[in-house]
Amino acid sequence: MADDIIKLEKVCKAYNIGRPSETEVLHDIDLSVRQGEFVALIGPSGSGKSTLLNIIGLLDKPTSGRLTIKGQDTSSLKEAEITRLRGHTIGFVFQYHYLISAFTALENVMMPMLVDRGFRSADMENRARDLLIRVGLEQVSGNLATNMSGGQQQRVAIARALAMNPDLILADEPTGNLDTKSADSVFGLMREFNQESGTSYLIVTHNMDLARRCDRIISVVDGRIEL
Amino acid sequence: MKRWLPFEWIAAVQFLYEGRLQTLFIVSGVAIGVAVIVFMSAMLAGLETNFIKRVLTSQPQIQLLPLDQVARPLRNGVGEFEDAKIQRPSQRVLSIDQWPKIRARMQSMPDITAVSPTMTGSALAIRGDSSRAISLAGVEPATYFQIVRIQDYIVAGEARLTSEDIIIGTELAKDLGATIGDKLNVQAASGANRVLTITGIADFGNKGVNQRSTYVVLRTAQSLLGMIGGVTTIDLTVRDIYGAESLAQQIAAANPVRADSWIKTNAQFFTAVQAQKNSNTLIRAFVALSVAFGIAAVLVVSVIQRSKDIGILRAMGTRRGQILRIFLLQGGMLGFVGSIFGSAMGAGALVYWHAIERQADGTELFPLVLEQQLFVLAIVLATVTGLLAATAPALRAANLDPVVAIRG
Repeated sequence: MADDIIKLEKVCKAYNIGRPSETEVLHDIDLSVRQGEFVALIGPSGSGKSTLLNIIGLLDKPTSGRLTIKGQDTSSLKEAEITRLRGHTIGFVFQYHYLISAFTALENVMMPMLVDRGFRSADMENRARDLLIRVGLEQVSGNLATNMSGGQQQRVAIARALAMNPDLILADEPTGNLDTKSADSVFGLMREFNQESGTSYLIVTHNMDLARRCDRIISVVDGRIEL
Repeated sequence: MKRWLPFEWIAAVQFLYEGRLQTLFIVSGVAIGVAVIVFMSAMLAGLETNFIKRVLTSQPQIQLLPLDQVARPLRNGVGEFEDAKIQRPSQRVLSIDQWPKIRARMQSMPDITAVSPTMTGSALAIRGDSSRAISLAGVEPATYFQIVRIQDYIVAGEARLTSEDIIIGTELAKDLGATIGDKLNVQAASGANRVLTITGIADFGNKGVNQRSTYVVLRTAQSLLGMIGGVTTIDLTVRDIYGAESLAQQIAAANPVRADSWIKTNAQFFTAVQAQKNSNTLIRAFVALSVAFGIAAVLVVSVIQRSKDIGILRAMGTRRGQILRIFLLQGGMLGFVGSIFGSAMGAGALVYWHAIERQADGTELFPLVLEQQLFVLAIVLATVTGLLAATAPALRAANLDPVVAIRG
């Protein structure tokens, strides 16, 4: 479909290829996420969800198969092009929030823009501040990551993922480490952004309640997609 | 976060600031290393300058002497020797043959700045009941005092010489109980004697020299030593002190004289200076090496500690080159900042050492020379060392697989 943000065709991923310990963790994955879709990716631990997310996020390469992002086949891209495509198209939210501890909340949100453009500018700062206001953390914008609660850090991570206005946000168990209330609020925030801006979300979660609130649920079991 | 700094600089500064205890330790390490290098280099350069200055103002840079007297073998015919063994003849004190002509030739050479003919020999200085063996140097004060700065060594009286005057060393004055204005009977081996007035007492910085050295005008020495019109040496100073030896060889080749340069007569001093330079270079190299390893070790640890940060940065689109630069910059900054503190510490230590460390006679041990060039060089070298030391950790950081890095 034309409005597919990502499309995976017969994607396989194996480790230790050619050795006795060779293991195939993903088998013939066919998957697509449309623009504006809010998709939950569920499955037991070790089923290959994170590997799948890394491949979609261009952090890892499939052993075989084809990954298309916004209609562009990624298999022929050079590393610099992949890095650029990743920076402009995809935002990441990780389970352990992973803010860069040397920087404040505001600076963390500015970071993807700074990486892309090289120098800090007033525009960047305004956008980062707006995003922090949107996630309700304006008052802690000058705090280092170590001086924020888990929920706050995750909200900053969401703001950072949105900084470059990406087409797709990949979230690896973004609420996995949060209490129910914080998890609910973080999830709600992502849903809100999705509905407002039309950014697609692919969220790995173990929380079935949250998964049910998504547009679609994709289940991965033993490296295959179960329908 | 400074607005005018590029991303890599901002990240490098923040990473160093966040690990400030680690940064403080390694900057201190670099500073101590640079301080040692600056201190040693400046002090040794000062000592060398001082030594050279002392050597060059107390002796001529080239001395022309009469040729050695050699015994000619007795020959009975071509290739036939009466005596196979030839004994070296005793060397009589002789005047340099045709010395005024040689002096004129020396004066016309552009590389030579001062020429002074001298007559030296031994004599006896007698005052009352005491007598001492002395080395008598007859000089032309106007030119000789340009070569050997007697006026700088005078401790009593003045460096003035007429045909009736004599300048003596402090120890000789003490031994003879003589002071300025006193008369001294100087007697040569031939029996000739003159009564001279002491006009100056000099301290040449060496007890033996102070006991023996005396200066009179050339004519007085010539008449005392029985060599009217003759000179035993021609003393020279040259424009380029380090070119003295080759110039001496040129002079010896072109004139019937022996020419000894200060480099040849002070060979031991040169060996000592060279040995000092070599050990200084070795110490500097090892200090620089330990500084480099220190920086590398800290950055390797930093890369491990920051692997998650590196992973996140890569995930948000940071290129390998940018990561590489972040860590190279950290190495360069550690070297740069450390060397600035080190230069200040080295200069401080040098000023302190210069103030407290004195020679036996109370003069400074070495001249305090704080050359800007030395500090600039130390800072540039330390920064380059930091950059080089950071290469391996920076490459490691740039080549981290983001998936592995994020997983930790």
